[in-house]
Amino acid sequence: MASRSRRRVRLYHLLLLVPFVVLWVPIYNRAEPSFEGIPFFYWYQMAWIVITVVLILFVYRLDRRNGGGS
Amino acid sequence: MSAPLDVVAITVFIALFGLVTILGFFAGRWRRGDLDQLHEWGLGGRRFGTVVSWFLLGGDLYTAYTFVALPALLFGAGATGFFAVPYTIIVWPILFVVFPRLWSVSHRRGYVTAADFVRGRFGNHSLATAVAITGIVATMPYIALQLVGIEVVIASLGLHLSVTVAGYTIELPLLIAFVILAAYTYTSGLRAPAMIAIVKDILIYATVLAVIIVIPVELGGYGHIFASVDPKKLLLPDNPFANPGQFSYATLALGSGLALFLYPHAVTGILSSSGREVIKRNAIAMPAYAFALGLISLMGFMAIAAGVKSMPQYAHGFRDFGSNFAVPALLLHMFPSWLVGVAFAAIAIGALVPAAIMSIASANLFTRNIYKEYFNPNCTDKQESRIAKIASLIVKTGGLIFILGFPQNYAIVLQLLGGIWISQTLPAVMLGIYTRWLNPWALLLGWATGIGAGTWMAWTLSFKSATYVLELFGTRVPCYAAVSALTLNLAVSIVLSFVFNAFGRGTDETVAEDYV
Repeated sequence: MASRSRRRVRLYHLLLLVPFVVLWVPIYNRAEPSFEGIPFFYWYQMAWIVITVVLILFVYRLDRRNGGGS
Repeated sequence: MSAPLDVVAITVFIALFGLVTILGFFAGRWRRGDLDQLHEWGLGGRRFGTVVSWFLLGGDLYTAYTFVALPALLFGAGATGFFAVPYTIIVWPILFVVFPRLWSVSHRRGYVTAADFVRGRFGNHSLATAVAITGIVATMPYIALQLVGIEVVIASLGLHLSVTVAGYTIELPLLIAFVILAAYTYTSGLRAPAMIAIVKDILIYATVLAVIIVIPVELGGYGHIFASVDPKKLLLPDNPFANPGQFSYATLALGSGLALFLYPHAVTGILSSSGREVIKRNAIAMPAYAFALGLISLMGFMAIAAGVKSMPQYAHGFRDFGSNFAVPALLLHMFPSWLVGVAFAAIAIGALVPAAIMSIASANLFTRNIYKEYFNPNCTDKQESRIAKIASLIVKTGGLIFILGFPQNYAIVLQLLGGIWISQTLPAVMLGIYTRWLNPWALLLGWATGIGAGTWMAWTLSFKSATYVLELFGTRVPCYAAVSALTLNLAVSIVLSFVFNAFGRGTDETVAEDYV
């Protein structure tokens, strides 16, 4: 039982690898679609800051629910 | 001579600077502890909660130099300077996962530095010393760069008061700022920068808010700002292996992200928090700074759009400081005097906070891992904290001499090398948090290989860049030297561990429960 819950903890922790997607530059090295005149290259990376916060917050909440987590 | 004196801006600047000076000295009494103990002076008693840690880490990691140099990079080189955004994105998952474990084991075992941890984990003095020296050497030029930040701002205000001592010209305002910094660090320890960081951040956020509201309106909107930048500078080249290009951009972000929390001042910031929950919450809250940083970087493009470079009144500043003058020039051109005073004070105070933390962190390393280890193993707590206070003065003076005695470029080169060097402690520190399978002697040889290879790569580039072109399977791949050197370091550490582990290893004083 204990080992099963530990495995679940590990699985959703993989979400924390998702922000590393921002290192894949070819996806966003373009000007369009622009947002309010801001080229895609810039607003896309800024958007990842927000996504990263949401992901870490999500993992943190799950950790708390599972009683401490890692 | 150069810029005319702006009395309002200077008054606001000096008033704010005076305020933080008083705060700095007052800070020693805050959540009072016995400052004759190293963990009280050098880690603030490990008592900082989520909010204070947030300000402290923010002040620690997003330094004045960042606020000046990153926009300068966008101003000069274009899109490649934006790598700081992906860099500060990947840092937070790493902080969230890895570093609560370092906090726990350090709390349990009384470690004050990363080298303390390495010594306990691997039972190897040589490896711990290597980690400590790398930390100190990588930090010194970083302190020097903070002083450059202050220098740029003071010169932009037109405050030219210099004395010549033994052939060196010393800017008096810089010297005064330095003496104040040294004095309150000495008396108050880590509590001083923690308290000052709160004022600094309020000023920084006020400035950022003013920048993103006022400047785009005056320049005709973001669309117009980006339209005035050369389209070639706006994006990276299509060829992923151009130099600088997409691959170097990604490796710069990755390498810088991996290295950040290996720096002594970052470790000090983490260990001073009151618990692992504090670190986790900060991994969620810190990206607010990343957002501010992204916006601040864009000031480089705003400076292009405003055309400050061709304005005669700023020619002097650009001559003295190059692209680093882009932000001061933009602020001087766009802001009313009082707001210039606030913004410049934010930058100058933003230099004092990390400079103080960096000198404390280096002092902790010197005291714990060199003085106590080799010179006086039986020193009392009081002796220990006294040595640390003195070491903090020496480290800072080293930074000052650096700025006065060498061309500014040297500090930048050494900071670049520092990033390559500090990355080489990753296997011992960050992997050590998870496993002690790696053999300490293998780690030491891996470290030496990484330092040697990284330094050689930078040397072949004449220390002008950190992007070394690798020949991989017939393709020329420009890669951040810290990442290439670290790869080599890891390979050596792993391969040699297979061999050396057959002959045994040091004792591990930590146990699995220490880390949770």
